[in-house]
Amino acid sequence: MRTAFINQLIVEARQNKNIFLVVGDLGFSVVEPFTDEFPDRFLNAGVAEQNMTGIAAGLAMEGYNVFTYSIGNFPTMRAYEQIRYDVCYHNLSVKIVSVGGGYAYGPLGTSHHATEDFGIMRVLPNMIVTAPSDPHEAKAITTLLCNHKGPGYIRLGKAGEPNLHQREVGLHIGQALYIKEGSGNLYIATGSILKDVIAHVTANDPTAGIASFPFIKPLDTHFIADAAKKYTNWISLEEHQSSCGFGSAVLECLNDLCNNQTIPNMPKIKRVAIPDKFIGYAGTQEFLRKEAGLIL
Amino acid sequence: MELKLFASDVRKIALKLVFEKKASHIGGAFSMVELLTVLYNKILNVNPSNPNDENRDRFLLSKGHACSTLYSTLALKGFFTLDDLNSYTENGSYFTSHINHKIAGIELSTGSLGHALPVGCGLALSAKRNNKSWQTYVMVSDGELNEGSNWESILFAPQHKLDNLTLIVDYNKIQSLGSVAEVMELHPLADKFNAFRWEVFEIDGHNFDEIETAFNAAKNIEGKPSVIIANTIKGKGVDFMEDKLLWHYKSPDKQQLEDGLKQIEAEK
Repeated sequence: MRTAFINQLIVEARQNKNIFLVVGDLGFSVVEPFTDEFPDRFLNAGVAEQNMTGIAAGLAMEGYNVFTYSIGNFPTMRAYEQIRYDVCYHNLSVKIVSVGGGYAYGPLGTSHHATEDFGIMRVLPNMIVTAPSDPHEAKAITTLLCNHKGPGYIRLGKAGEPNLHQREVGLHIGQALYIKEGSGNLYIATGSILKDVIAHVTANDPTAGIASFPFIKPLDTHFIADAAKKYTNWISLEEHQSSCGFGSAVLECLNDLCNNQTIPNMPKIKRVAIPDKFIGYAGTQEFLRKEAGLIL
Repeated sequence: MELKLFASDVRKIALKLVFEKKASHIGGAFSMVELLTVLYNKILNVNPSNPNDENRDRFLLSKGHACSTLYSTLALKGFFTLDDLNSYTENGSYFTSHINHKIAGIELSTGSLGHALPVGCGLALSAKRNNKSWQTYVMVSDGELNEGSNWESILFAPQHKLDNLTLIVDYNKIQSLGSVAEVMELHPLADKFNAFRWEVFEIDGHNFDEIETAFNAAKNIEGKPSVIIANTIKGKGVDFMEDKLLWHYKSPDKQQLEDGLKQIEAEK
């Protein structure tokens, strides 16, 4: 997924002289093609994420569309106030790229588990929050954010994620999309854990619908409203704490749609998310997902 | 306008402002009056009728709580009117009591300390990469040098040879809950910056000639950023405010306002 991101960023940067990549001394064997081709639009800011984000804000004030790139919680939590105040309040074109979303860096320990990012990012005004499920979505989101004025967040996986969409997807900001339509149950997911949904539905609930939400914010309100009229049972899956995450956002959206009478009733929703806990031991992403109860 | 007269007017406007709106931070606002007076009258290439001119020099005030001096300076320079400034802290006013970029002439909203220097590094880097000749100036308080983010930037700027960046430290030696020496000693501050590979100027931050000389010298330094450590006095210009922690918080009463205005007038 990170390769899809950097490859597309390079494609965009060839056409758009405002694309700038800043890394926090990370990105070995990923960012080099960008560095080689665009040395004037690349910066290694060192292991200093607050400064990195402030620099990105300064570059964005001068017209650049800046991508800050680091692992897990480093580009987000470590520089959170810079993101809130310097980037979001000033509505600057800084896109924060976090590699290793969820438990992708499972064996590295809790420091590297990015499992609260949706919450802290989606609460910020002006921020767009994305989590592509596969390389196709990562590519489409990269293109969108290269052409979007204002802040954005991309949670990437790591490497080697399979393509879940049959072919490349075209997206607009906020768009959700069906992997397949069905009846009865609707499974919704964001990020690379969508793979688990597809596997579960294929094996156990073949008539159900599946939808991918590459955007946690803005949510696709029309998609949700239409789906609420068709599916009475929803199951959401995310690699994030249950508070303030993707399922929470969908619940809030459905509640508002019900409240303003866009939909007659709330569907029944089962949220599958991390139940308010850290995991302090090592494991593969698959293992830790199970340990966290992310099982359908 | 003569610098001394300008500074005197800035102090009077700022003092009336904090009196009328029962605002704080007049001590740290007064310590930097001469610095801003020289910057806006002698150094910065800025145009009040075109505040977003792409070739302007960029000035970021990191100690955004000292807004009364910057707002007063910008009003006197014509970025907005003194009448506009009367809405300071009123419901719906963009004149918040920490500076706001929604006001003409203000590049960056601050108020949370330790934010402007990283942004200033980004501006200076952009100018370097694009061969622009404009300069970036960032002013920090001494207390905010407690913030780690500043030291990330202080490492960064020399690494990237940002000789188009000048940092000014308003070194009034008093921070929020005590003196700098008591809370988090910075001395020897010049040595610290030297060790971090900055060009260091240490001056009397109330002496117009020293300030102007330092800014001009800093602009001519090549290959590394400059820092002007300006030794200042918190509350400068009003004797009962000078060197007093209290005036980080207190708003003057009517008698103090009149006494203060009288002293400022007498000094002009």
